[in-house]
Amino acid sequence: MSEYYYTSSHECFVLEGNQATVSITPYAVDQLGEITFVQLPDVGRELSKGESFGEIESVKTVSELYAPLSGKVLAINVDLDAQPEKVNEDPQLLGWMLKLELSKPEEVAQCMDAAGYQGYLEGLA
Amino acid sequence: MTELPGLKKTALHAAHVALGARMVDFGGWDMPVQYSAITDEHQAVRQAVGLFDVSHMGTFAVSGPESLDWLESMVPNRVSGLKLKQALYTQILNQAGGTLDDLLIYRLAESEFQIVVNASNREKDWNWFLGHLPKDGVVLENRSAQSCILALQGPKAVSLLARLLPKAGLKELPTFYLTQTEELGYPLLLARTGYTGEDGFEIFVHPEQAPTLWNQLLSAGQGEGIRPCGLGARDTLRLESAMALYGHELDEQTSPLEAGLGWSVKLDKPQDFLGKAALQTQKDQGLSKKRLGFKLAGTRRAPRQGYTLWLGEQEVGVVTSGSLSPTLGVPIGLALVTPEAYAQAADLEMDLRGQRMSIEPSNLPFYRRSL
Repeated sequence: MSEYYYTSSHECFVLEGNQATVSITPYAVDQLGEITFVQLPDVGRELSKGESFGEIESVKTVSELYAPLSGKVLAINVDLDAQPEKVNEDPQLLGWMLKLELSKPEEVAQCMDAAGYQGYLEGLA
Repeated sequence: MTELPGLKKTALHAAHVALGARMVDFGGWDMPVQYSAITDEHQAVRQAVGLFDVSHMGTFAVSGPESLDWLESMVPNRVSGLKLKQALYTQILNQAGGTLDDLLIYRLAESEFQIVVNASNREKDWNWFLGHLPKDGVVLENRSAQSCILALQGPKAVSLLARLLPKAGLKELPTFYLTQTEELGYPLLLARTGYTGEDGFEIFVHPEQAPTLWNQLLSAGQGEGIRPCGLGARDTLRLESAMALYGHELDEQTSPLEAGLGWSVKLDKPQDFLGKAALQTQKDQGLSKKRLGFKLAGTRRAPRQGYTLWLGEQEVGVVTSGSLSPTLGVPIGLALVTPEAYAQAADLEMDLRGQRMSIEPSNLPFYRRSL
C-alpha cells in the first residue's frame, strides 16, 4: 500500500510521481459525522499550501478544506457532488477529493508520516 | 453551588463509552453526541423509539406554603393553572425581558414543585432562584446530584414503557402529566414530556439505579428497534419540531415573545413577575425582532447559527439554528429577523459563507407527528 502523508488540519495525500491525490483523514471523517455536502475547486486552479480549496458539511457542522501542498488542480472527484457519503464510506479511496500537480515538491517533507500523525492525534486526545 | 473544573460526567457515562459513543464537551459535561449516526438515531425516534441521557440538566425542588406564589412571581407562565401532577413550560427573565433560561415546572403536590433547567445554565439559574428566595415560606433544594433523567421518545416509547411498568397507567396519562411509581423496586418519576416532537416520557431516577434502568430499557426495546440516541439527534429532532434551544433561539438579549413563545407568556395573569414590565412594553410598542422558519431549495447545504439574512443590501436578521432535516431531506432553519423583514420573508436571502441564497419561508413546526 502506498504511503500517506498528513497535515495538522487532517488532510492527507498519497504521491504518484509529481501528483498527489488529496483526501481527508478517517479521524477527520469520524469527527465530522455524516457528510452531507462537499464543495471542491475548479479544475485548473492553482492552490498554495494551506489555502482553502473548498468546504465540507456534515449534519452537525461545516469546515474548510485546506490544500496540503501547492499545486495545480488536475482533477476533482465529481462523484462527491451527488454522493458526499462516499467520504464516510471510504475517506481515502472512494472519498478522494483532488489530484494536484505539485508546484513545490519540497513541501512534502513538511508533512507528517503515518507515525507522526498518529502521535499528533494522541496529543489532541 | 460551585462546580468543579474539568468535564462533568453523568451516572451513565460508562454506559455511553461501553456503547461506543462519541463524547463531546456540552456545557461542561462529557456527553454522547452520537452512538452510530445522527440521522439513524433521528429516524429511530421518528419511526420507533430512542433513549437519551439528559442527566446533565439541573433539577431543583421547591416546597413550602409560599412556593406557588413565589414561583408565580418568578416566571411568565401561569403556575397556578397547574393541576396536581401536571407540567408547565416557561422561562426566567431579566428586568429587560431577556431570557435567562427556559425550563419546566412540575407540580408534584399542592405546594411541592420540581424545576428542570438547562445544563449550561444550572449554576446561573440556581443563584438566580436563591437570590430571589423570600425570607420564609419557601424551601429551595438543589436535587441535581440525586437526579438522572432518561428520555424515552418515539411512537413506540409509551407501549414499551407500559410493558415494563404495567401498573403505572402510563398509556392513560395525558401529555404534560406525570406519575410516580416504585414498581421496579425503586422510585421513578415519569413525565409524559419530551424535546423531540414525538410521544414519550422523561424518566427521573436516582443515579444509583440509572445504569440498571438504562440497560433494562435498551434490552426491553430490542424488538421495537430501540437505539441509544445522542445530543446530535436531540438537536435535529427538536429543530424539526421548532422547539427553542437556549443559546440559539433564546438568550439574555431575546425575550420569549421575540422567540415565538408568546403562547407561554401570560401578561394577563394577576400576579406581577420578573421581566413583566419589559414584556408589556414589547407587546405594546411592537417587537424589534421576530422568529422566522425557513427552508432552502436546490441545495444540501445547511443554514448555521450566525449566518446573516439580507433584504437587498440591508442586513435584517441572523440564523439561530439550522440543519439538513433528516425527515424532510431539505435544509431548514430558524432565524430572528426585523418585523419589516418578517413581512417580506419571501424576498430574503441568506449569506452562506459568501454566497447569497434565496430562502423559502416555512410554517412551523417543520415536522408534526400524525396522531
